[in-house]
Amino acid sequence: MSTNVQDIHEDHHHAPSGLMRWITTTNHKDIGSLYLWFSLLMFFIGGFMALIIRAELFEPGLQLVIPGFFNQMTTMHALIMIFGAVMPAFVGLANWQIPIMIGAPDMALPRLNNWSFWILPFAFTMLLSTLFFDSGGPAAGWTLYPPLSLQGGNSMPFVILSIHLLGISSILGAINVIATILNMRAPGMTLMKMPIFIWTWLITAFLLIAAMPVLAGAITMLLTDRFFGTSFFTASGGGDPVMFQHIFWFFGHPEVYILILPAFGIVSTIIPAFSRKKLFGYDSMVYATASIALLSFIVWAHHMFTVGMPLAGEIFFMLTTMLIAVPTGVKVFNWVATMWRGSMTFETPMLFALAFIILFTIGGFSGLMLAMTPADFQYHDTYFVVAHFHYVLVPGAVFAIIAAVYYWLPKWTGKMYSESLGKLHFWLTTVFVNVTFFPMHFVGLAGMPRRIPDYPVQFADFNAIASVGAFGFGLSQLLFVYILYNTLKKDVTAEDKVWDGAEGLEWTLSSPPPYHSFEKAPRVE
Amino acid sequence: MKKIIYLLALILPTQILADWEVNMPRGVTPTSEIAYDIHMLMFWITVVIGILVFGVMVYSIIYHRKSVGYQPAKFHESTRVEIVWTVIPFLILVVCAIPATKALIMMEDTSDAGITLKVTGYQWMWEYEYLEDGVNFFSKIDNKSNNARRLNSGKDVNDVEHYLRNVDNEVVLPTDTKVRLLLTASDVIHAWWVPELGGKKDAIPGYVNEMWINIKEPGVYRGACAELCGKDHGFMPIVVRAVPKLEYDKWVSLRKDNRVAESQNIGR
Repeated sequence: MSTNVQDIHEDHHHAPSGLMRWITTTNHKDIGSLYLWFSLLMFFIGGFMALIIRAELFEPGLQLVIPGFFNQMTTMHALIMIFGAVMPAFVGLANWQIPIMIGAPDMALPRLNNWSFWILPFAFTMLLSTLFFDSGGPAAGWTLYPPLSLQGGNSMPFVILSIHLLGISSILGAINVIATILNMRAPGMTLMKMPIFIWTWLITAFLLIAAMPVLAGAITMLLTDRFFGTSFFTASGGGDPVMFQHIFWFFGHPEVYILILPAFGIVSTIIPAFSRKKLFGYDSMVYATASIALLSFIVWAHHMFTVGMPLAGEIFFMLTTMLIAVPTGVKVFNWVATMWRGSMTFETPMLFALAFIILFTIGGFSGLMLAMTPADFQYHDTYFVVAHFHYVLVPGAVFAIIAAVYYWLPKWTGKMYSESLGKLHFWLTTVFVNVTFFPMHFVGLAGMPRRIPDYPVQFADFNAIASVGAFGFGLSQLLFVYILYNTLKKDVTAEDKVWDGAEGLEWTLSSPPPYHSFEKAPRVE
Repeated sequence: MKKIIYLLALILPTQILADWEVNMPRGVTPTSEIAYDIHMLMFWITVVIGILVFGVMVYSIIYHRKSVGYQPAKFHESTRVEIVWTVIPFLILVVCAIPATKALIMMEDTSDAGITLKVTGYQWMWEYEYLEDGVNFFSKIDNKSNNARRLNSGKDVNDVEHYLRNVDNEVVLPTDTKVRLLLTASDVIHAWWVPELGGKKDAIPGYVNEMWINIKEPGVYRGACAELCGKDHGFMPIVVRAVPKLEYDKWVSLRKDNRVAESQNIGR
């Protein structure tokens, strides 16, 4: 391990201060913080939309909104949470962590880094502004299936342009991640010695570069169908609406893993630290991550089993989808084996990581059930699917992000958060996340379709429970904001090595780390 | 109103069970039964795996903790173990894949159907055409639900019978007959789904999709559109009334004579 310790207060950069500092910054930590704060803001905007949805669904009958606006809320909630909350949070973590975990001074392409972030506020301002149009925002679901999405109002070109911008931002971010990881590792850090979080992000970056252009192609064709008289996807002009779904999900399924692979990396970092034992099966974790990424390109049509594919296609996509359970299972088993005969303590990051394993696995179980085409004909487009993907995205991706923030916050700021408040945040979040999403399995199986603003009275009880849970979950996140505020106003007191079981180059730096992280590359054994 | 329902629920335990339905219906067709069987097979497999994995985790959390003075072990890899927990899940998946593939082949076989019903999705209603019998009509949400569902309608939806689950014109189908459904749409994508009759299939403009059902028990089965199709997606229910073959033939002849009012009494 490195012995490189630098003076924290030696500020020899000549950057502007105030607002201009943040607009012009090329520093990986500043940009990482920008991404994380932006993601938190989007998490609350998207969450507010989710609460409008859950308030309307609290009881049968329409009480608050008209169906058209309800559809705008479901569409926007998904776009904001996926592209605005989860993806930028992971990019923020990559920005903060990659240089200090591989022993580099900064990201490889700092100006590009600045630009990838600053695209986002403009893209989301444009996306959100469509809600104030006379014809309203997008209402065809985040999947934008034509012909329905072609019926949309004036919002459509704005939505498509903002998704293009998000795609550009993601691709630039991914290029930067790959360039940094492949070129700027400390001497001695071979690929198979990289921290697992770095590995998962490297693979995620390749997924981004492969998948985002496919989405860009699909939505550009939508745009020309609507405004330039082409008919790629309109049947009356000889086009094919199902083709859009194939192209969309060819992007969409790798996207699912873009949202979860960095989370795997985070959990694989936190579990060993608090078990005081090395990660079990490092090599197999790397291979499992790579196999999941490769498989993600040949399973897309399991999102569209009901479009009437040929039998051979249905069987192929069922079998490949089932296959993903194998490397995912290996990951879960490796985490459990890491805990086994460790010496565990249960600080807030560990609690979130443990909840991740259990609740993500439950989401994996429903995923395995959904893979079975005969049963999927029943599950498809019901609340069972809603329950499934929220289990892998909320107690999955979001819990991992929260765990990472608690784990590295003392390193980033030099200030320790309140452990008792952190634990309270954990328990409130975990209880309410289950109250919200578990009953959705039941109503889905009993026959409630998704994306409906009103429902038959037989589904009333579980929907009321889910709505109560959603408000509890949302309010609990205000506590998270308070914890962050409370931490940031403290004095610097955290030790350099915050957690006694933690390993990695970042813990050899001071807390907070110096402005140019590693000015001299450390040597890795 | 809610309070009265809860009070009634205390007196009538079956009532509360109906309201707290937690599982997929087994349904009344071969396709719905096979979907249910595959669903339950997968459910129990995941329950067993869950108990094992979470059991080990919980044991470890209870005993392998620093606060009880447990010292960490040093092991961190084992190729043999990795192979074991790659191969065993793979074998379990093979065991699941065989019945699932068989079921799929059976579900997709629409040959030798007794009658053919063409279903066309519109924003926001269904059109049904009985190709052999020459009957056709539109079917949309009934007026009672439609009036009560409006924002600020001033009506308590709990008082509406079959709220959002009733239509003006029911589909009548014969029991014990293989019915081939041809699905298409005129505007956007819809999906025709009655849970107790088996899975759903998308109705897509420019496509004619096929599925089949064979209803074993007479009765009324309710479903809805399952693919987001615009603002009234939540308000295009489906009602299928399954009647014995003789009654079905009677219904067809009445319908052909346009004696709609009389035909609607079939089976009631």
